[in-house]
Amino acid sequence: MKKVQFKSKYTQYIFLAPTLIIISIFLYLPIVQTFRDAFTTQDAFGFGRFFAGWDNFKFVLSDPSYLVALKFTFIYIFVITVISCSLGLLLAVQANKVIHGKSAYKTLLIWPYAIAPAVVGVTAQYFFSERFGILYALFNSLWGFDWTANIFDAYIYLFIAGSWKQISANFIFFLAGLQTIQKSVIEASLIDCRSSLRRFWTITFPLLMPTTFFLVIINITYGFFDTFGIIDTTTIGAPSGETKTLVYKAYIDGFRGLDLGAAGAQSIIMMLLVLIITIIQFRYIEGRIHYN
Amino acid sequence: MINRLTQMFAHFILLLGVLLMVIPIWLAFTSSTHDNVTLITEGMQWYPGPLFIENYDEVLNEKGGFSEEITATGMLINSFIMGLGIATLKVIISMMAAYSLVYFRFRLATPIFWFIFITLLVPLEVRIFPSYKIVSDIGLTNSYTGLVLPLVASATAVFFFRQFYKSVPDELLESAKLDGANSWRFFIDFLVPLSKTMIAAMFIFMFVFGYSQYLWPLLMTTDEKYWTVVMGMKLIYVELYEGVSLPRVGQRFAYIILSIIPPVLIVVLLQRWFIKGLIQTEK
Repeated sequence: MKKVQFKSKYTQYIFLAPTLIIISIFLYLPIVQTFRDAFTTQDAFGFGRFFAGWDNFKFVLSDPSYLVALKFTFIYIFVITVISCSLGLLLAVQANKVIHGKSAYKTLLIWPYAIAPAVVGVTAQYFFSERFGILYALFNSLWGFDWTANIFDAYIYLFIAGSWKQISANFIFFLAGLQTIQKSVIEASLIDCRSSLRRFWTITFPLLMPTTFFLVIINITYGFFDTFGIIDTTTIGAPSGETKTLVYKAYIDGFRGLDLGAAGAQSIIMMLLVLIITIIQFRYIEGRIHYN
Repeated sequence: MINRLTQMFAHFILLLGVLLMVIPIWLAFTSSTHDNVTLITEGMQWYPGPLFIENYDEVLNEKGGFSEEITATGMLINSFIMGLGIATLKVIISMMAAYSLVYFRFRLATPIFWFIFITLLVPLEVRIFPSYKIVSDIGLTNSYTGLVLPLVASATAVFFFRQFYKSVPDELLESAKLDGANSWRFFIDFLVPLSKTMIAAMFIFMFVFGYSQYLWPLLMTTDEKYWTVVMGMKLIYVELYEGVSLPRVGQRFAYIILSIIPPVLIVVLLQRWFIKGLIQTEK
């Protein structure tokens, strides 16, 4: 914290007021509501509301399709993170190395970051449609690809759609990370270590660890929440519910099924999962302050 | 010699990366300039066709939706308002909140920080139904306020600005105090100009976030006047699968390309600021 600070009776609250008011109305109120939904049931006609204890949670967790969604969500997050982090890092390292055309490459690799997931989804939809899809035709001729029938094929479809723009996001952050590594460190390592591959793994990569960690978190949250727009414009859960993420399933159950109790319980389980991720993130940030 | 080899290798990899990024959108663009019969019988096209002006003109000006009230131009404007509104408000209120947390000494600072920080746990997608209910109870459905305001509170932006302010040397405040600056003057005359790059980076980040919103406008807007371009993707999807004997593929690709242009332009034009801002927070 700062050694010199302002002291005032109320000014600090004026600065805080807009954030606090909006958070209270649009975040805390809905959260309270979510808890109320999760621990109560409503009768079919919406007349009464009864305390239900953990019933909604038991109902959700004993539903086999929920476990399918849980499994898919973890697989999806893992694959997206691995593909987009490694390709993003590879491209960033090369872009940091080239002497000519650096800024052109940068521009050409950065822009997909700006494309909305739902737009990526609809575009992918055309590439994988049976009628026009170039990738559908290619994969189909190779191994009889058909995502509407085969789970593995639906996975591939979503892995490609989900990772594509994320490569660009990872590229940007890795490039920024590489640029913060001081020239003197690089020069010193040039003298010590002749093999550029070894130089990368022993010097550059460890120095990039903070960025990598940060990006893992970013990719996890992306895979968790932002992929909603992709699923809803591509497989919508096809072949038969195997490609629903937790967020997507909660939405479908709440809206189509109108089961707010189950949707609320699902929301709370997701909050718990994000809580775990956030604790890790926070510990990491605190840790960084120590060694900086 | 070895150096030239590594350079060639780097160019090779980068070119592959560029192709991976460019080809899908290139194909969408070239296909958007052909007529539907060609597209349906021969599939997506690799080279530009003759219908560029016709297809784009049709998409931009033709009225769509259930009551035929909205055009793609209107949807683009709505998306722009949403992105701009969210980004501007988010940056302003987060800067103020972070300023208060870093530069004021008061007992509640830590609890309030946690009160804000904990909201990271509940992205909109997790609290979507209750949020919708509250917004409709206040009567904000089908309004720009309803599209923007619930997405404005952001722990992320507060957190980034807080990190940045912490890295500002203490001497700045000391000398400002010697000059007789009060807390408002210090914020506006010293800190805001100093945070220019951070502001730019956060602004781009949040603009893309706001513009990309899909689920929220889908729930919030029943009145076509407020439809955004990204939520319109769902309508394309539905058309592709539910009926319509001759899908208007060329026009759909034109719509996709148009929806991509605004955020991509912002990111490409301001990329220097964006990367600079990111490097600043790394410190």
